[in-house]
Amino acid sequence: MPEAVHHHHPALAHHFDDLAQQKEAATLGMWVFLATEVLFFGGLFLVYSVYRAWYAGAFAVASHELDVTLGTINTAVLITSSLTMALAVHAAQLGQRRLVILFLVATMALGAVFLGIKGVEYYHKFVEHHVPGPSFAFEPHEYARHAQIFFSLYFIMTGLHALHMVIGLGIMTWMLWWAWRGTITAEYYSPIEVSGLYWHFVDIVWIFLFPLLYLIGRHA
Amino acid sequence: MARVVHPARHYLNDGYGISSWLLTRDHKRIALLYLAAVTFFFFVGGAMAVMIRLELATPVGDLVTDETYNKLFTMHGVMMVFFFLIPVIPAVLGNFLVPIMIGAKDLAFPKINLLSWYIYIIGGLFTLYALIAGGVDTGWTFYTPFSTVASTTNVVPTALGIFITGFSSILTGLNFIVTIHRMRAPGMTWFRMPLFLWSTYATSLINVLGTPVIAITVLLVAAERVFHFGFFDPRVGGDPVLFQHLFWFYSHPAVYIMVLPAMGVISELVAAGCRKPVFGYSFVAFASLAIAVLGFLVWGHHMFVAGESVYSALIFSILSFLVAIPSAVKVFNWTATMYKGSVSWETPMLYAYGFIGLFTIGGLTGLFLAAIAVDVHVTDTYFVIAHFHYIMVGGTIMGYLGGLHYWWPKISGRLYNEGLAKLSAGIIFVGFNLTFFPQFVLGYLGMPRRYHAYPPEFQVLNVLSSAGASILGVGYLIPMVYLMWSLRYGRVAGSNPWGAVGLEWTTSSPPPTENFAETPVVTWDPYEYPAADLEGHVA
Repeated sequence: MPEAVHHHHPALAHHFDDLAQQKEAATLGMWVFLATEVLFFGGLFLVYSVYRAWYAGAFAVASHELDVTLGTINTAVLITSSLTMALAVHAAQLGQRRLVILFLVATMALGAVFLGIKGVEYYHKFVEHHVPGPSFAFEPHEYARHAQIFFSLYFIMTGLHALHMVIGLGIMTWMLWWAWRGTITAEYYSPIEVSGLYWHFVDIVWIFLFPLLYLIGRHA
Repeated sequence: MARVVHPARHYLNDGYGISSWLLTRDHKRIALLYLAAVTFFFFVGGAMAVMIRLELATPVGDLVTDETYNKLFTMHGVMMVFFFLIPVIPAVLGNFLVPIMIGAKDLAFPKINLLSWYIYIIGGLFTLYALIAGGVDTGWTFYTPFSTVASTTNVVPTALGIFITGFSSILTGLNFIVTIHRMRAPGMTWFRMPLFLWSTYATSLINVLGTPVIAITVLLVAAERVFHFGFFDPRVGGDPVLFQHLFWFYSHPAVYIMVLPAMGVISELVAAGCRKPVFGYSFVAFASLAIAVLGFLVWGHHMFVAGESVYSALIFSILSFLVAIPSAVKVFNWTATMYKGSVSWETPMLYAYGFIGLFTIGGLTGLFLAAIAVDVHVTDTYFVIAHFHYIMVGGTIMGYLGGLHYWWPKISGRLYNEGLAKLSAGIIFVGFNLTFFPQFVLGYLGMPRRYHAYPPEFQVLNVLSSAGASILGVGYLIPMVYLMWSLRYGRVAGSNPWGAVGLEWTTSSPPPTENFAETPVVTWDPYEYPAADLEGHVA
């Protein structure tokens, strides 16, 4: 767009025509990355589906060993963090620097609470010998082999989800720094928006993980 | 017409220090970083191939032990597939050309582009560590439960190397997709794009959607080895065949990651070498997308003998046959482009001819393997080896070398020695066929892959194959020499030595850091070759 007014915004990278093009590129880039993530977790969901179909009984029994109360609290925590994230994006669009900082801090705090509760749950599983491997123990015994597959999936799925949360916290720290030093303005808020896309995606993964892992066989 | 002068200012003399290369965000310099790295891994993987062919010169296992042999073919496959064939054309030629071909200053995310090179290097170092620490013996396919339970070799470092390098492919693919969507110059519509970009785009889709699946798969293998998690372990009810499904869901499309960019290169070479628009442009463009989509639906043909149900095998067989349609569309359209064209015999075209012939053989023998009954007969024989080397070496490497020669004057600003280049193209063609054609026969006669010894009656064909490999090796070394030589002593190329059309030939050679003095405005269709252009052609 040669006609566009070249107001050289400090955040405009040299190879883009204007901030609008830069924002479109960043947004599309994140969506493409999330498509990658869908396939990444998709492989896990496939493995889960196969073994859930084969070993439905063992999966139901093993699922009852998970702490539904903590899982439910964590679901609520994470959904709330998505709300604060959305509010942070909204505040960024309006250029309300202090509100952006407030909501980012709230999002990070909720993320940290989630990880803390997750850690407590992991600790319980460790104590109960529900970590797969040589020391794995499970009652009733006839389900022990297949329960080990359930717990392998539980740890790898929630573990990779938690890793994504940790990366999300890193991104939020970075965004907090940008908001703090005034880089984020009503003109240039796409970094917050794009980080928000990532955060919401990680939440959505949990929305699938929670029922698939915690709530099997609980309906009448 | 282009005056033959070296531009005063270009991307190669824009900074000389080591950090001007290692911290560059210029897609052209990153392309050269990749060129150096993939060439290194090509020769590492090639050294393994040399050892394999030396061992197979005699029927008895006399040069290396069976265990060493297992490690040789494993590391050959890992190095060549993950560190050479998958990145080579996108990361070298694609990185250099995608922004220039659409009239952009750079890729959409220059820092991510540099990051992807470092990720590639880190993944490569893990794999080199695995090699130096004693290698890995599972085959590049890492089939469970051997890879998870039985093998005592360096599976985890290799798996991590592949996992890490995968992110390099993903980020490069992501960068290309966003760049092609969002960075095209004014007037550069989708159907004015060179076909190389269509195939790069299709490849990027596979990279972005397929690579994460191999990433999670090798991660599960590593978790099973390190933490004794049970995903594929029959002792806890796990299914080893599930691993094969996950592995081939990526690794079959990976074949198209390797060959689609080469097809894109061939479209450019044929148009420039025949001075005509590519016949049926939109068919060739959509054939790339069709191959990318169909490629995701055929993985089961690797598992016809792995206890797959007859019905799934039938479906996978039919779908595999369907891939032949878009592939044949391309071959026929290239051939139709040549018809009544001003057909050139310069080096890039020699590689294009080589590609078309060898890819056709590789593709048609792929149909043998898609036919269930034939596949059962030749599964895990040298027939399969010959087939996929015709695609990967005869296809991808021919396309890559053709492209490297075609765009070398643009990349370096210099012309290489045409006589030596033609000679080595000929040597490579002869050496390749002598290496791999006998393997079709060996496989059909029943020689299995992955053994270091074989019955004596197979020796003649194996000696032919080993002799061909040594000729092929010479053919690969010669371009190394004259291309390096041309950097200093080659004739100055000028901006358009081939008299070709396409935005990359409108800027100087080597291009300036920002690619174009002014953002181009595109008002023409791709491959518009007026007859008068013939005179600007350097003979």
